[in-house]
Amino acid sequence: MRILIVGGGTGGTIIANNLARRLATEIRKHKASITMLSASDRHMYQPGLLYVAFGQMMPDELYRDQASLLETTIDFHVDPVEEFNLDDNRVKTKNGTVYNYDVLVIATGSRIMPRKIPGLEEGSETFYTEESAVSMFKSLRNFEGGKVAIVVGVPHKCPIAPVEITFALHDYFKERGIRDKVEIKYHYPINRIHSIENVAIWAKPQFDEMGIEYETLFNVEEVDVENKIVKSMEGSEYNYDLLISIPEHHGEEVIEKNKLGVDGWIPTDRHQLTMEGHDNVYVVGDTTNLPVSKTGSAAHFEAEIIAENIASIIKIGIPVSEYDGKVYCFIEAGRDKATYANFNYLNPPDLKPANKSMHWFKMSYNQMYWTSVRGLL
Amino acid sequence: MSETKVIDACNTYCPGPLMELITYMKQAEVGDTLELLSTDQGTASDVPEWVNKIGHEMVSSEKIGKIWHIKVRKAK
Ligand SMILES: Cc1cc2nc3c(=O)[nH]c(=O)nc-3n(C[C@H](O)[C@H](O)[C@H](O)COP(=O)(O)OP(=O)(O)OC[C@H]3O[C@@H](n4cnc5c(N)ncnc54)[C@H](O)[C@@H]3O)c2cc1C
Repeated sequence: MRILIVGGGTGGTIIANNLARRLATEIRKHKASITMLSASDRHMYQPGLLYVAFGQMMPDELYRDQASLLETTIDFHVDPVEEFNLDDNRVKTKNGTVYNYDVLVIATGSRIMPRKIPGLEEGSETFYTEESAVSMFKSLRNFEGGKVAIVVGVPHKCPIAPVEITFALHDYFKERGIRDKVEIKYHYPINRIHSIENVAIWAKPQFDEMGIEYETLFNVEEVDVENKIVKSMEGSEYNYDLLISIPEHHGEEVIEKNKLGVDGWIPTDRHQLTMEGHDNVYVVGDTTNLPVSKTGSAAHFEAEIIAENIASIIKIGIPVSEYDGKVYCFIEAGRDKATYANFNYLNPPDLKPANKSMHWFKMSYNQMYWTSVRGLL
Repeated sequence: MSETKVIDACNTYCPGPLMELITYMKQAEVGDTLELLSTDQGTASDVPEWVNKIGHEMVSSEKIGKIWHIKVRKAK
């Protein structure tokens, strides 16, 4: 059984390591093999970008060599896939190599698309890439007061990021002693301040207490860079001095080009995590079209189900587990306190007041992540 | 006439039905109708509020069993 994993981020790495352990005997007897193809020799801990944007972490702290995270039985190549030929069970890479498989896992993640909105790329700071997070920190350091606007595109990964960045901005300006010179205005696409109702209920009184203004039903249509005005599709506008955006995301270009899913989102079975119409193709993490948060946490829980099922199919011929939509997210509520949201398809999260120990748990998790993708946690 | 695209947003808390509708609206062509399925009670009022504010067209909204079926036409 040839298992091919395309993508060496959170989801792909957890599946590969988990399978390498479950199938150790089969691999030794040459009855199974695991190959991983990725676009990079490095693995980034993306949630760390939020700290880079405030000068609390250096970019180099976010990376590990991908090969060092993988079990030695995994055949790893840095050679991105360019062509998917699902009917013939094979892919072709940038180097021109063809890989045949029996089971394919697509774990290629997602990317920001600021260019979808006129003016957004030039007119705003963001923190979703290393370069942009560093640039945002530089802008924040130079900012001496004025109007800061936060705007949010749909869909985007890490749905908690809009509120986290807002709390962090409040604390950052407060620490610098200029909070009274800064107006912070949060804009959100739907009719409450967060997509999860209990997060909205939890965050609203804190926004009020911190003097953070908010406008809901605000979907960015364009940014007038010259006059520093952000305009919404709903017809309102805001004059800013510093614009911080969470841009709309798409899946990777290779997914769109190969027509595996509109905007790079692959139609995926909610519970089996197989690609619709292809029982030997699994999809994990951000690139699914599932109605779940695009988070490392969702990718992690999905990865465990996929690994368990691929192994059980090899061992007993059938899958044994179903994904229930589980997500567990830390929520940083400023520089020194945090809470969490734990939910699945059927049960909403019940948010507790933020406290210091959850913040320290999150800080520890920032390191524990590496143990987690190795499949040891 | 183009086919109605069905968006199954039943039993989901995040991103939630209205976020799902906004995502699929971006992919649709002007004139397309989308049918949003939702088990969330709030959807019945949240969706028309957004649709009216943005200037799309509400086609219909009905609850069949436990599921809301909300049809919206992309107008711009
Ligand atoms: C600022 C920020 C904050 C975040 N905060 C949190 C948080 O607090 N909690 C949380 O759970 N999540 C958080 N996330 C989200 C989380 O990082 C992602 O959801 C997660 O990494 C998704 O995992 P994935 O495996 O789907 O994709 P990724 O981890 O992005 O991996 C994609 C992989 O595919 C590879 N690839 C791309 N194209 C190809 C190709 N053509 N061929 C082969 N390989 C390819 C890439 O090189 C990469 O290795 C945050 C993200 C950001 C940016």
